[in-house]
Parts: sequence; structure tokens; C-alpha cells
Amino acid sequence: METSLHYFLGIDYPTWWFLIVGGLFSGYAILDGFDLGAGAWHLFFKKENSRRIALNAIGPVWDGNEVWLVIGGGALFAGFPIVYASIFSGMYIPFMLFLAFLIFRAVSIEFRSKEPMKWWRQMWDISYNVSSIMLAVLLGVVLGNVLQGMPIGPNFHLQSNWLQFLNPYAIMTGITTLALFMMHGAIYLTMKTEGRLFAKIHLLLRRAIIFFIVSFSLVSLYTLIYIPHLTDRFKELPVLFIVPIIAFLAIANIPRLVNKHQYRQAFIFSSLTVAMLLILVAIELYPVLVLSTIDPQYNITIYNAAASQKSLGIMLLIACIGAPLVLSYTAFVFWTFRGKVKLDETSY
Amino acid sequence: MDVEILARIQFAFTVAFHYIYPPLSIGLGLLMVIMEGMYLRTGQKMYEHMARFWTKIFALTFGIGVATGIVMEFEFGTNWATYSRYVGDVFGSALAAEGIFAFALESGFLGILLFGWNKVSSKVHFIATIGVWLGSMFSAVWIVVANSWQQTPTGFHIVGEGVNARAEITDFWAMVFNPSSVDRLTHVWIGAFLAGAFLVLSVHAYYILKGKHIELSKKAFKIALVVATLASVSQLITGHHSADGVAKNQPAKLAALEGHFDSLSVADAYLFGWVDKENQEVSGVKIPKGLTYLLHQDFETPVKGLNYFPEDERPTAINAIFQFYHIMVAIGIFFIALTLFSSFLWWRGKLFKHRWLLWVFVFSVILPQIANQVGWYAAEMGRQPWVVYGLLRTSDALSEVVTANQVLFSLIMFTVIYTILLALFLYLLTKKIKAGPYAEKDIQHSSMQESMVEVFEKK
Ligand code: HDD
Ligand code: HEM
Ligand code: HEM
Repeated sequence: METSLHYFLGIDYPTWWFLIVGGLFSGYAILDGFDLGAGAWHLFFKKENSRRIALNAIGPVWDGNEVWLVIGGGALFAGFPIVYASIFSGMYIPFMLFLAFLIFRAVSIEFRSKEPMKWWRQMWDISYNVSSIMLAVLLGVVLGNVLQGMPIGPNFHLQSNWLQFLNPYAIMTGITTLALFMMHGAIYLTMKTEGRLFAKIHLLLRRAIIFFIVSFSLVSLYTLIYIPHLTDRFKELPVLFIVPIIAFLAIANIPRLVNKHQYRQAFIFSSLTVAMLLILVAIELYPVLVLSTIDPQYNITIYNAAASQKSLGIMLLIACIGAPLVLSYTAFVFWTFRGKVKLDETSY
Repeated sequence: MDVEILARIQFAFTVAFHYIYPPLSIGLGLLMVIMEGMYLRTGQKMYEHMARFWTKIFALTFGIGVATGIVMEFEFGTNWATYSRYVGDVFGSALAAEGIFAFALESGFLGILLFGWNKVSSKVHFIATIGVWLGSMFSAVWIVVANSWQQTPTGFHIVGEGVNARAEITDFWAMVFNPSSVDRLTHVWIGAFLAGAFLVLSVHAYYILKGKHIELSKKAFKIALVVATLASVSQLITGHHSADGVAKNQPAKLAALEGHFDSLSVADAYLFGWVDKENQEVSGVKIPKGLTYLLHQDFETPVKGLNYFPEDERPTAINAIFQFYHIMVAIGIFFIALTLFSSFLWWRGKLFKHRWLLWVFVFSVILPQIANQVGWYAAEMGRQPWVVYGLLRTSDALSEVVTANQVLFSLIMFTVIYTILLALFLYLLTKKIKAGPYAEKDIQHSSMQESMVEVFEKK
């Protein structure tokens, strides 16, 4: 498969696809991150009306946000079929649970408002809340496993038993992801709400920030001590330290902006935080996609996992045409539904 | 049970369940575009009520379509890892194109379609409706192209050997326009229009029978009848094209569809029948030499039968394939008769005079669903034992690291979840239908909500 590489703007195709897939997953994390985060807070809102407002804050956009996952999954399949095949079949159970929670979340949003009964709404509220939390955690768990490396053997087969995905590091990244999304979601909700609900969310947001900073520090510490390979890249190229520094500044900036009630800016910075953390992950990995804990010769890299150069080239063209379209509808929808939520007869 | 059987059951079950909803969304999308277009042209409020009513039902089908579709996308990786590695180069690009061109368009405009009635002008809303509909049409394109490629692969070459073999694209457009893409796509689209049109026909026929919303229902019924008539007739044409293509590209499948065993002989066409695989006989009503005539427009040319092919390269479930195929064709013929007859009555000004006819429409809603399902079953089971025709066997396509217990777990999980989904879907659908097109709010929200509705109604 090490056929001659093709280049575009001096960068080889597999690297482009690494960037594209990374970009899509970052887009997904930023967009679905805030609505998963908003969902994770759902049961903290006690009044029926507050819950409806919180739900309608994400109402017109959550489905569009989720499409980034669909596109990201498609791009991963297209760009790196081997990763798609090995990781998804190797982590069968977490992915199946992930799918189940995705379904429950979608239908909870859809069905909750269709009946007035209290038990009905309570049931969907719980299902919405639990599935939002679990999705955030599972995403983090998968990320944790990828960061740590997995027991990949010959022919890219994962040699682990099905429970191995639940290890301490993965659980910690899972919780940190949840904390990050909850902070991000709470900031989004402050932009969308007013009155008492707003005051309440503002209060919750402060706790979320603390929750995130604590869990993030723990994960970083654990990484430095137990997973030294992740920092190799930084030792080789110290300029790259700029990325964690920006991430750190972005995180530090959030409580400052929240205190000044500049929620929109705070949202931009929490989005930046999400992006920077994923860029950090990308730098730590590149050009390996999944590290083998058995033997480095079994590493899945962007070169041995990539689709053919021809196919990558075609899809690069597809991405160049598609990306501006997707960004323009996304912008249009967010613009149409900008401002505070007002319930009307089309609301959930 | 072994992993292969379980994985196949799971795939068939999840995709068949998914395929209940997208055709409804595609078909309803078309009708909503027409209804809103009529509203913009005539300015009659009634059309707006009609479009809003169907939008609510669309939201239901769409929601479940999305939730079950995401499962499909990831199932290739989880359950069919070897297959995914093998076809990733070809298949992945179609799936990625689908996401970026179709789903993004669809779900982007969906927010405006559902929540934008009071936020944007009616022209912009109309554009959003068209956007969602086109998005759903495109999402059929790419997935069907990918499926057609695995039925009739072209535009690729094989590199590597054994477990590392895989197909690589050599010619993108040859891959996209493989010999069955166009036939299959048009057939699938029209099947979807039929699913949508018959739902609209059924609901409005029911209202007319019950004496409710009569004026609106008559208008809606006529719109849907036009769509259904055109679609029914075209479906015969696209179906015939598909059959011609199958005869050329997948002769073993054609033999199974028609229950033709003799290795090379002039073949009959059965209207219906029963296949006895042991004795290689079909009993039923047949048109002698009919198949030969349909394919070659003469009565002499022999047609390849199942025995022409090596034992391990023929589909096995012959009777099932035969039955599924014949059920679909029977439904297609019935639609042509029903819609032409009704259009004739309409022309004579007697369309709503016969209650029995309206009852036929009420119950016909299930038929396009059945035809769509059995159509896929015939096409997919007829492709066996290959997952990529002539190249990769289904039994070789599995994920090697996944165990039977894991698949059993997920299969049970999906069965439970999907049963709940189906029950909820049917419950909420009936409820929306009972509430009817004039229910501004079919649910009681909080006090604030009610006051807003009052404000709205006073205007
Ligand atoms: C683009 C791909 C694609 C699409 C659009 C469909 N299928 Fe398919 N189908 C497959 C790709 C596939 C497959 C991955 O190739 C399977 C899995 C195992 C196999 O033999 O082929 C398959 C198997 C498969 C089987 C099992 C056949 C057997 O094991 O004997 C059934 C019954 C269906 N499918 C039914 C459907 C239905 C009802 C569809 C309607 C949406 C459908 N398929 C669309
Ligand atoms: C195995 C094959 C299939 C896969 C992998 C698949 C994948 C998906 C995915 C991921 C979604 C959700 C997209 C979103 O989030 O908006 C979806 C929805 C959809 N799919 Fe499928 N799909 C398959 C079969 C089909 C077929 C055969 C058709 C049509 C002929 C189809 C038409 C649609 C449509 C129209 C939607 C939008 C939701 C709706 O309108 O209900 N899909 N599909
Ligand atoms: C009117 C007579 C009809 C004929 C002669 C016909 C013919 C065919 C043939 C030959 C195939 C197999 C194509 C292949 O395997 O490549 C097929 C598949 C299919 N049919 Fe039909 N069909 C008819 C009516 C219908 C109707 C009324 C519907 C739905 C409302 C329908 C839905 C489907 C679907 C969903 C498939 C699977 C997709 C495909 O392979 O194209 N068909 N049909």
C-alpha cells in the first residue's frame, strides 16, 4: 500500500484526510458538544417551562449538529477504511451502546412534547438526560482508548476482550469529556435563556467550570505520568507547545468572560478549547492513528490505513465542493434561530 | 447460532426497519413541496393547513429515519469489518458524499421547515421545504449507488491477496454509473413516491369517509392521486428495465426471481406459483415462453437457468426470492389498475361517489411498504452468496474479531428498541391523524404556551 504518494499544496493526501477527518470530528465535538452538554443538565431544571425552553434552545439545530458525526463517520470510512473497520469491530460493545443512546436521545427530543401527561414527559426527560450524559462519556472513552493505544495484532485485528475498553484512563477521559461538554452546553444555554432560568444556568455554569478544570488537570497529570509516549512529539518539536498554551489560555479565559457576562465570547472560547484539545490529540498521534500496545509494527498509521490515492483525490474534490455548502446552511440556520428562545406552537 | 447468521439477521432487520421511514419521508417531501407550491400560487389558506399537517407527520418519519440510519452507517464497520476493508475505497466515497451533499442539506433546512413557519417568509419556507426534499432524494442516490456497485461492480481493480485483498477505484464515474445504478435509483425513488402518495391518499380517504375536513381532503386526495398514478405507471417501466439489467448482469438472480431451473432453455413467466426446489419444479399459473418473450421479444432464445451455474454460485432461498418478487410485481400491477380506474372516475366527476373505493385506498397504505420491503429482499437475497457480486462472499465479509454473543446482544438490543419505536410511531401517527389538519396545537403545553396560542389565534 506504500504506493507513491500524491500531493496537494505540498501536503500528501493521507495527511489531508487526517486533517479533514480531524476537522469533521472537531466540528462535531463543538456543535454536538453543546447540545449533549445542554442535555446533560436537563434534569437540573425543575419546571416544565424551563425544560421546554432548554430543549427548544437546541431544537432547530441538534439534528444538523449530529450530521457532522455522520459525515465524520463517512469520511473515516472513505479515507481510512482500515481504521473504520478495525476500531468499530474491535470496540463492538461501546459502539452498540453509543448507537442505542443516540436513538434514545433523538426520540426523546422528538416525542417528549407529544403528550401532556406528567409521567410521559418525565420518562422522556430522564431518557434524554441519561443518553446525553452517556454519549458524552462514551465519546471520551473511545478517545481515551485511542490515545492510550490498543492491543492491535497482525492484520489490524484488535486482540482484546470486550471489557478492556473500560480502563481507568478511558474512564477519566470520559468524565473529562462530559465535564467539557457540560461547561460548553451551559454557556450555550446562557445565550438562549432569560429571567430566572438564566440565573439558574449561570449558577450551574460556575460549577461546570470547576468540574471541568479539576477533571482536566487530573487527566493531564495521569497522561504525563503513565502515558509518556503522548508527549514525545512535544519534546521533539518544542514550538508545538504553543497549542497547549493556547488551550490553557482559552480555558482560563472562560471564567473571566462569564464573570463579565460576555457569554457569546465565552462560547467562542469554549469552542476554541474543544478545538485546541482535539488539535493536541492530533499532534500527539500523527501520523499514527491507533497505536498498537503489542508491537509498533502493528500500528495503524495514516499511510497503511488510507484508501487509494485516487480515491482520496476524488474525495478531496468532493470535500472542497461540499464544505462551503455545509457551512453555509449551518450558518443560515443558526442565524435564523439566533437570540433567546421564544416558545410558539411549532416548538417541542 | 454462528456469527454469520446473526450478523445477517441483524443487518437485514435493521436495514428493513430503516427502510420503512426514508421512503415515507421522500414521498411526503414531494407532496409537501406540491402543497406549499399550490399555497404560494393560489394563496388559499387551505393548502397551508394541508402542508403544515403533513409536515408534522413528516417530522415523525424523518426523526425515526435519522435515528435508524445512523445505526446502518456504523454497522458496516462493526459487523462487516472485512467487507469494509475490502470495499472501503469505493463504498466509503459514496457514503461520504451522501453525508456531505445529502444529509447536511436535509437536516440543515429541516430546522426551518419544522420551526420556521412563523420566523421566515413563506417563500423562504418553501425553499427550505424543497431543500429538505432534495436532500432526501440525494440521500437515496449515494446509498443506492453504493448498493448497486456491490450488485454490479465496475470501475475498480483488485489489489493485494487473501485477507488483504481490496477493491480500489480506477474510474469514479464508471463506479457511480455502474450498470444497475440508474435503474435501481429510479425504481427506488418511485417506490418512495408511492409510499408517500398512498399515505396521503389513505388518510384523506379516511377523513372523507368519516365526513371530516371534506373540502381540504378532496383537494389533497387529488394531488396525491396524480402523483400515485404517474408513479404507478412509471414503476412498471423502471421495474422492467431493472429486470432486463438483471438478466444481463446477474443471470443467476434472474433465474431465481423467475424460478427457472433448466440450464439453458426457453423460459416461461409465472403470474404466481410455488417453487419446489428439490424437484426443480414450479407449479402455478404461467404464460408459456413468457420470460423469453419479455427479455428477447421472441419465442426461441433460451434463457440461462439455475442449473447453468455452479452449485456454490447460486442463491439458495429460491422459493422465497420467487415469492417476494412476484408479490412486488402483483402490487405494482394492482396500483396501475387502481390509480387508472380512479383517475377515470375523477374525469367522469364520480371520484368520491364510491365508498368502497375510498375504503380500498384507506387500506392500500400498507401495499407500497410491502412492495418496497420484498423488492429489496428479492434483490438482496438473489445476490447471495455474494456480498460483492462475483468477488466477495458474504461468509468472508464478517468482522473476524466479533463474537456470536456480542452480535446476539446487539440484535436483542435493536429488536427491543425498534419494537418500542414502531409502537410509538404508530401511536403518534394515529394521534396526529385523529387530531386532523386544523389542530393548531394537538397537545396541552404549559400556561405560557396556551397564552401564546391565544394571542396567535386572536390575530
Ligand atoms: C448500500 C448497501 C445496502 C443497501 C442500500 C441495502 N443493503 Fe441489503 N445488504 C447489504 C447492503 C445494502 C450488504 C452489506 O451487502 C448485506 C449484508 C450481508 C449481505 O449479504 O449483504 C445486505 C444484506 C441484506 C439482507 C440479507 C440477505 C441474506 O442474508 O440473505 C437483506 C434481507 C437485505 N440486505 C435487505 C435490504 C433492504 C430491505 C434494504 C433496503 C433499504 C437493503 N437491503 C439495502
Ligand atoms: C445500508 C444502507 C443505508 C445506510 C448506511 C444509511 C445511512 C443513513 C444515515 C446515517 C442516516 C441519518 C442521516 C442524518 O443524520 O440525517 C439516514 C437517513 C436517511 N436515509 Fe438511509 N441509509 C441506508 C439505506 C437507505 C436507503 C436504501 C435509502 C433510500 C432509498 C435511504 C434514505 C435515507 C433518507 C431519505 C434519510 C433521511 C431520514 C429520513 O428522511 O427519514 N437510506 N440513512
Ligand atoms: C410493476 C411492476 C414491477 C416490476 C416489474 C419490478 C421489477 C423489479 C426488479 C426486477 C427488481 C430487482 C432489481 C435488481 O435486483 O437489480 C426490483 C427491485 C425492487 N422493487 Fe420492483 N418492480 C415492480 C414494482 C414495484 C413497486 C410497486 C415497488 C414499490 C412501491 C417496487 C419496489 C422495489 C424495490 C424497493 C426494489 C429493490 C431495489 C432495486 O433493486 O431496485 N417495485 N423490482
